[in-house]
Amino acid sequence: MSDESTVQRITNPKALKAPNAVLVTVASSLAAVLIALAIAGVLLAVTGYNPFEAYSKMLDAGLEKDKLLEALSRATPLMIAAVAVAIGFKMNLFNIGVEGQFLMGMFFAAIVGAYVDLPPVLHVTLLLVVAMTAGAAWAGIAAVLKVKKGVNEVIATIMLNAIALSVIDWLFQSKFRYEGESLDVKTKPLPESAWMPDMFDGRLTSFIFISLFVVLVFWLVVYKSKFGFRLRASGANAVAARTAGISSNRMIVTAMLMSGAVAGLAGLPYLLGESHAYGPSRPDGYGFNGIAVALLGRNHPAGIVVSAILWGFLDAVQGPLQIAKIPQSIVLVIKAIILLTVVIVNEVVGRRVAKRTADRTAAQLALPTAVAA
Amino acid sequence: MATDTLAVQLSGIEKRFPGVIANHDVNLNVRAGTIHAIVGENGAGKSTLMKTLYGMHQPEAGTITVFGAPHVFKSPSDAIAAGIGMVHQHFMLADNLTVLENIVLGSEPAARGVVQYDEARRRLEAIMDQSGTHVDLDAPVSELGVGQRQRVEILKVLFRGAKVLILDEPTAVLVPQEVDELFSNLHRLVTDGATIIFISHKLDEVLTVSDDITVIRAGTTVAEVKPDAVTRSKLAELMVGSELPSPHGRTSEVGTTIRLSIDGLTLAGPGEKHVLDEVSFEIREGEVLGIAGVEGNGQFELCEAIIGLAKPMSGHITIDGTDVTHASPHERLIGGLSYIPFDRHREGLLLSAPLWENTLLGRDADEQFQKGPFIDAAAAKADSRSIIERFDVRTPSETVPAYALSGGNQQKLLVGRELSSHPRVLIAAHPTRGVDIGAQAAIWEKLRAARDAGLAVLLISADLEELIGLSDRILVMFDGRINARLTPAEATPELLGTYMTGGVQEVAS
Repeated sequence: MSDESTVQRITNPKALKAPNAVLVTVASSLAAVLIALAIAGVLLAVTGYNPFEAYSKMLDAGLEKDKLLEALSRATPLMIAAVAVAIGFKMNLFNIGVEGQFLMGMFFAAIVGAYVDLPPVLHVTLLLVVAMTAGAAWAGIAAVLKVKKGVNEVIATIMLNAIALSVIDWLFQSKFRYEGESLDVKTKPLPESAWMPDMFDGRLTSFIFISLFVVLVFWLVVYKSKFGFRLRASGANAVAARTAGISSNRMIVTAMLMSGAVAGLAGLPYLLGESHAYGPSRPDGYGFNGIAVALLGRNHPAGIVVSAILWGFLDAVQGPLQIAKIPQSIVLVIKAIILLTVVIVNEVVGRRVAKRTADRTAAQLALPTAVAA
Repeated sequence: MATDTLAVQLSGIEKRFPGVIANHDVNLNVRAGTIHAIVGENGAGKSTLMKTLYGMHQPEAGTITVFGAPHVFKSPSDAIAAGIGMVHQHFMLADNLTVLENIVLGSEPAARGVVQYDEARRRLEAIMDQSGTHVDLDAPVSELGVGQRQRVEILKVLFRGAKVLILDEPTAVLVPQEVDELFSNLHRLVTDGATIIFISHKLDEVLTVSDDITVIRAGTTVAEVKPDAVTRSKLAELMVGSELPSPHGRTSEVGTTIRLSIDGLTLAGPGEKHVLDEVSFEIREGEVLGIAGVEGNGQFELCEAIIGLAKPMSGHITIDGTDVTHASPHERLIGGLSYIPFDRHREGLLLSAPLWENTLLGRDADEQFQKGPFIDAAAAKADSRSIIERFDVRTPSETVPAYALSGGNQQKLLVGRELSSHPRVLIAAHPTRGVDIGAQAAIWEKLRAARDAGLAVLLISADLEELIGLSDRILVMFDGRINARLTPAEATPELLGTYMTGGVQEVAS
């Protein structure tokens, strides 16, 4: 094989594309969703409901403007939670603790926000910082435990979720219960300067722009920056990264703090856009749904946005389903099956693609003349 | 009870991996009731051959005959069914279970789903009495020493009815007394009718314990000898090959500036023994210092200490006049150090990442790849293409993932990356291991060119042709120490074999 043919082949990459990664990813996630819908359809049929009717109801209801807005509104915190999870995944860290981190962020933002007086933009900015700090601090505990004591972050963050709930409940009940005129038990309400404006008659919070901004920053930092490259390298092969001079402990701590900081924001759409105070009727499940969204979106920014909207859509159509006398819990079943199929499909497709890439590369090299021509 | 019946016969075995021929034309005749040693250097293909015999992978050609019957082993369970058992070098025991539980694990005698421990115990006690290998069956494995764990492994194999036992470097982990015990156990097993295949590169042991010896070199069987008909030095020569290249004439001169200086480097090991003991040497500008030695004698730890991944107990490391003993790996890499690691998959590459990200790894701080706060992907790709071109990496493009390349091309990419950061000191650990001849020649040429341009190279290799062909001086490492200093001209296979297996140079130069 001459040098010339090597050069020829390199300068002519078009003809030699390995399987298109983006296309394969999108196709396999789509396939996972379709397979899940089919399985859930069988379940519906077996339990005596018409799956086609159920799905057409979902689609009809879901395509109304109201429901679309609701889907976006529900997707707003999920995007953030999923980004938090994806940062961990990219470093090969499994942050199960987004749930606890977002509660911490939301609670401390509610407290701090109620007791300071600032002009609107500054007030919101301060609360974003507070929420990120609280989330990062909570995640930081797991990071320190992992780096110093070798505690698996999965165990640590699960435990920290439970502890976060107790700590917040205790702080709330003993220190920050606000005895206002209403019967609602809540923390002291935020002044209006800390509210995020509504859009579409209160159907969507403007916080969605912050969510999208977070996704954008995630993309720039993790996929485009030097730091992101080191993060992904450590996640892909920690030993090789360390050999190349990248301190894995530092990456673990940084990734965990970033993940926690982002997670801390996930409760703010609700706090700043809706409730304006912390109370027992707080949202939950963002952490776990965030894991699902990150998995379905393959940790990719665009994938995360689309998956979060799909998740929000499924949540939004629960109501109409119930009205049509179709058990709304089928939505939960669909979500769960999607999760399973997405993991399985990713694994199967990943292996196939790896094999095909290897085979094609070998085949292309075996035929240098054909390729060079 | 040596007989002329063949317990195991391998003929014409060939085993290929992408880009490498690990075994070819291997012929092995193991007489029943004997201890048959297989000797060869690291990477000569001993382990590959034994994995073939144990059904862990399938050969491309050749036949396996066990007690006269031909067999095709699709998995280890087929091999076990044919009476072959393997005692792995790295024990595969569950620490939290008892000895008895470990032994029956996977082949539990059971009645209606209930494990018959009493029956297992009776059978095991019979086996222990017969073989003379005793262990406390109720002790948790976590409390056992290395020698006892090995006995558990042997019992495990016997419990499964093995008549042919493969022991992969069984003495590597043992202290001398344990080695003696092991050998007497092996003799007893053989007297009882078992056949033992014993893999080793420790020549003294092989000569003491075995009835027959087969030598493997460069993937093929080169000789079968009787221990009483061969001397230690003859065996060493068979093992490393008698035709060594003459030292390559070089046109450039070794400079005078000291680029790397190691002074009294000592590194603590897991036990009492130090894995590096007072290692000292210097490498000058444009000089290649070769380190010979059987793997596992401190070479890996030496590299880890130099790049900063292992903390020395004492001693100093100086790169280009700067003491870096306490510097971070990153600081050392920035300071002009490069490293071609032992295991390219584990330490060198991001297999699932595209080639251009692989060539960027470790060099991402370089000015040419910065574009404001971001990485200049276009520049990184262009740089990667240039490495691919200059180092003749056979690939369709710089965007394919690293796993798609053959071993030789991955290695060329890695060497290209390490040389492209313009190092002043390069550690090259087995730079051509597992690559084809073409890639090997290409890598050697690049290393020579870099040396001529003033690079100081620490070359660690098990390939004596490589060591002698490239090095200006050769040190032999054994047991964490440097026990010989030679010039390539005076290095003979016999001499190297002696030092590599523990002989000490009489006059330290």
